[in-house]
Amino acid sequence: MATTTPTKPRPARRAAARPANGSKMELWTWYFMRLSGIVLVFLVLGHFTIVHLIDTGVDRVDFAFVSGRWSSPFWQTYDAAMLVLGLMHGANGMRVVVEDYVRPSRAGFYKGLLYTSAFAMLVLGLLIIITFDPNRGVSTVLKG
Amino acid sequence: MRLPGKQTVYRGGSGQWSWAFHRISGIAVFLFLLAHIMDTALVGFGPEAYNRVVAVYHHPIIRLLEIGLGAMVLFHALNGLRIIAIDFFPRLADKQRILFNYVLGLYMILMAPLLYFMGKGFIESF
Repeated sequence: MATTTPTKPRPARRAAARPANGSKMELWTWYFMRLSGIVLVFLVLGHFTIVHLIDTGVDRVDFAFVSGRWSSPFWQTYDAAMLVLGLMHGANGMRVVVEDYVRPSRAGFYKGLLYTSAFAMLVLGLLIIITFDPNRGVSTVLKG
Repeated sequence: MRLPGKQTVYRGGSGQWSWAFHRISGIAVFLFLLAHIMDTALVGFGPEAYNRVVAVYHHPIIRLLEIGLGAMVLFHALNGLRIIAIDFFPRLADKQRILFNYVLGLYMILMAPLLYFMGKGFIESF
């Protein structure tokens, strides 16, 4: 009668570490995520409180509301900073997600799509905030 | 990841759940951000265009999604601060479970006014 040796579960083979190619990029993005994260906590929660919680929340958000806020350089700067930091923080987070789940041969395509859309939104958002003319209530670029 | 037998590297601890929720909330908020930049950009096209589109945000279903957005943003913010604290003060790594409980406690405290104000807005949107 043959006795079967109980097979011990073998430990999972650890994935090989990503090769260090001498680039400091990963280190910089690591710092960027933490520093931008701290700033964004205040910017985003402040924005959320003003727009969604105070008074009647989004019910009072219309053109006049945004136009009134953007006639102040402070809120223009606030929103521009939130736009730039939020997009970069989000795009970098999505890059990590893509690298985690998409095989390298396909990851390039998705990262290209990600960077292109994030950059387009960055340009669009900044353009609207910077060129907004509170006296005429439109963007000077979009409407002559 | 599955290991031989019934073992798995996922043990369902608070560390794993916080990681998963951080990722899910991050993706959700990023996707909303892309849409939010586009709708806000309509401000540059004048009142008619912006007001027509932004009226969507007053719909009850969207008000409900708005509460979900707040819940996601708040969790990502508080858990993010926990991650940053552990990264910059490595000694806190031993206390990460306790820290996560603090995150959950603070989350519930801050979610209360959020649910009150946004819940009121949701009910009044009908």
